[in-house]
Amino acid sequence: MRQRSLIAITAALAAGALTLTACGSRDDDGGSDKGNGGTTVVIGVDAPLTGDLSALGLGIKNSADLATKIANKEKFVEGVTFKIDARDDQAQPSSGQANATTFVANKDVLGVVGPLNSSVAESMQKVFDDAKLVQVSPANTNPALTQGTDWQKSKKRPYKAYFRTATTDAVQGPFAAQYLYNESKKRKVFVIDDKKTYGAGLAATFTEEFKKLGGKVVGTDHIDPDTKDFSAVATKVKNSGADVVYYGGEYPQAGPLSKQIKAAGAKIPLVGGDGIYSADFIKLAGPSGSGDLATSVGAPVEELPSAKEFIANYKDAGYKEAYEAYGGYSYDSTWAIIEAVKKVVEDNDGKLPDDAREKVTEAMQNVSFDGVTGKVSFDEFGDATNKQLTVYAVEKGEWKAVKSGTYTG
Amino acid sequence: MNELPQQLVNGLLLGSMYGLVAIGYTMVYGIIQLINFAHGEIFMVGGFGALTVYLYVLPDGTSMWVALPLMLLAGILVSVLVAVGAERFAYRPLRGAPRLAPLITAIGLSLALQQAVWAWYPGGEDSLNFPQIEGGPFEIGSVTIQTGDIFLFVVAPLSMAVLAWFVMRTRTGRGMQATAQDPDTAKLMGINTDRIIVIAFALGAVFAAVGAVAYGLKYGQVQFRMGFILGLKAFTAAVLGGIGNVYGAMLGGLVLGVAEALSTAYIADIPGMAQFGSQSWANVWAFVLLILVLLFRPQGLLGERVADRA
Repeated sequence: MRQRSLIAITAALAAGALTLTACGSRDDDGGSDKGNGGTTVVIGVDAPLTGDLSALGLGIKNSADLATKIANKEKFVEGVTFKIDARDDQAQPSSGQANATTFVANKDVLGVVGPLNSSVAESMQKVFDDAKLVQVSPANTNPALTQGTDWQKSKKRPYKAYFRTATTDAVQGPFAAQYLYNESKKRKVFVIDDKKTYGAGLAATFTEEFKKLGGKVVGTDHIDPDTKDFSAVATKVKNSGADVVYYGGEYPQAGPLSKQIKAAGAKIPLVGGDGIYSADFIKLAGPSGSGDLATSVGAPVEELPSAKEFIANYKDAGYKEAYEAYGGYSYDSTWAIIEAVKKVVEDNDGKLPDDAREKVTEAMQNVSFDGVTGKVSFDEFGDATNKQLTVYAVEKGEWKAVKSGTYTG
Repeated sequence: MNELPQQLVNGLLLGSMYGLVAIGYTMVYGIIQLINFAHGEIFMVGGFGALTVYLYVLPDGTSMWVALPLMLLAGILVSVLVAVGAERFAYRPLRGAPRLAPLITAIGLSLALQQAVWAWYPGGEDSLNFPQIEGGPFEIGSVTIQTGDIFLFVVAPLSMAVLAWFVMRTRTGRGMQATAQDPDTAKLMGINTDRIIVIAFALGAVFAAVGAVAYGLKYGQVQFRMGFILGLKAFTAAVLGGIGNVYGAMLGGLVLGVAEALSTAYIADIPGMAQFGSQSWANVWAFVLLILVLLFRPQGLLGERVADRA
């Protein structure tokens, strides 16, 4: 009995393997048989295509698809046809890693766009790096992905195959400092954080930049995220004479904190990072939260002059789902891979070399073009050199974009 | 600007809330030596009971002056029902069991109540907004008092006075004292100790519900987890004041609240102590105080008896 089932499993596995090989070879054949006699390059797309975040994920998939279609139509790379292979990671690191392995196994895949979540990216980075397969994320903002876990003290790039067109959290603090000092004319700040990695890091980078600009830090405090009573801190804020409060942390504490600061009699705005950029912040802060500010990475594509063509093309292509927050960045990520492939093909007399993946990864470092979100190129860590951020303000119970800008260091 | 008066007020307000919840811990402990860790959740359901009346029973836009007494009644009703139910079905079957059994039961009940509200109260997985009393803050000298805090300022001393009268002057109150002193002899003297125990749970729940309404008015929201940390603090307050003593619970609460507020405000100004002064260290200082008090007075500030049966 045991023997029989073993045979059955072996047979099934063999059949499966044969089917898969058959599929693979058929794909290969299909590629070389393409009308223009060239090869097919597959660009993998990994994003959450189902579940809570699927709206964002489908926007990423459609925008990547649009980029390949336009490259094919323009015959952007002579002799090469692009197509995408989109896989669902359900925002789960384990699914993301499984997808990464699948992409690596398909020899036609020369680059991957995605994922949406930083945690998913962490699980994929090593798989891609070992295979020297380039990955460009349109949405990951965790600085550690490109600058190492110790990024606040010493930056060290962990994986050479990882790039991103998204801005990192690390520039949010300085960007907020510049906005408050230059645009809002705030001079005296009270800095509060929750002692967590994200919050304390944000508060530290903010403080450094605000002081450099000439602003004064009139007080600091750290709160305990498990409590709800911040009245003692609120009293300190009021008596410090600060004209703005910067909070490094997340909305569950920021909301009550904002409310209690205003209740204590200090009618000054509370400013935070993308951790407080949430509809729940407005709910928790109550009516007195009007005028509070948050920064978030990226910019609404509608506001960028460089994105007009993309928006029009996206509309013409007739996708069911909207491009959402990361559409423009996904298009640029895909286009960066296309540019890198073009460079590799041109350097090799119009053909793909045998070590195409490695060459594409190398070429990615020097890619530079004018994309949907502005100029696209990467620094020595694989981060986008174009660091776009947006300041949002609470107005009539909603977050409204106040100013999009580029952080220039 | 001198912020001492304001920080004292902040601390007293916070402490009054601790005290209201601490009464429940101390009364139950005083009578059956059970640390009722589910008491924080009895506090929490009181807040939700009050909110339910406002959201689903009263017509929209009811004035808070009409709504508040009804909400208070509903909160008390829900808390008392849950507390008495817990006593009847979770603790009474374990009356003769080893000390640890009811303690673990209490922890389990605490988790179960939290999850029940999380799962079944509409929107319970998030913070829910609690209605607020209209009217701006009041300025008295350099002290600002919120409208919602006035409720706490009035109700906390009033509750305390009522409780003192009840325990000292009524027949049932004296029965409670007798049961606390010696349950067996009390029984021989004709006191229905089972009834006394239920009353202790119910009274604790009443004050917890009052505290929960005060919490909602003060912070503008209720949440399924709100009883956990506050319950721990209230339990600490009860120990600080001398567990088993109802005045001690209130005093312990006030001392704890003031200690937290003052340590947040002033520790950082002591030279060399800047990094120990933030609000995240307030709990540490509150517990340092607790340890110091217990070192010199192991029975707590107002505890009379050494815990001979503990």
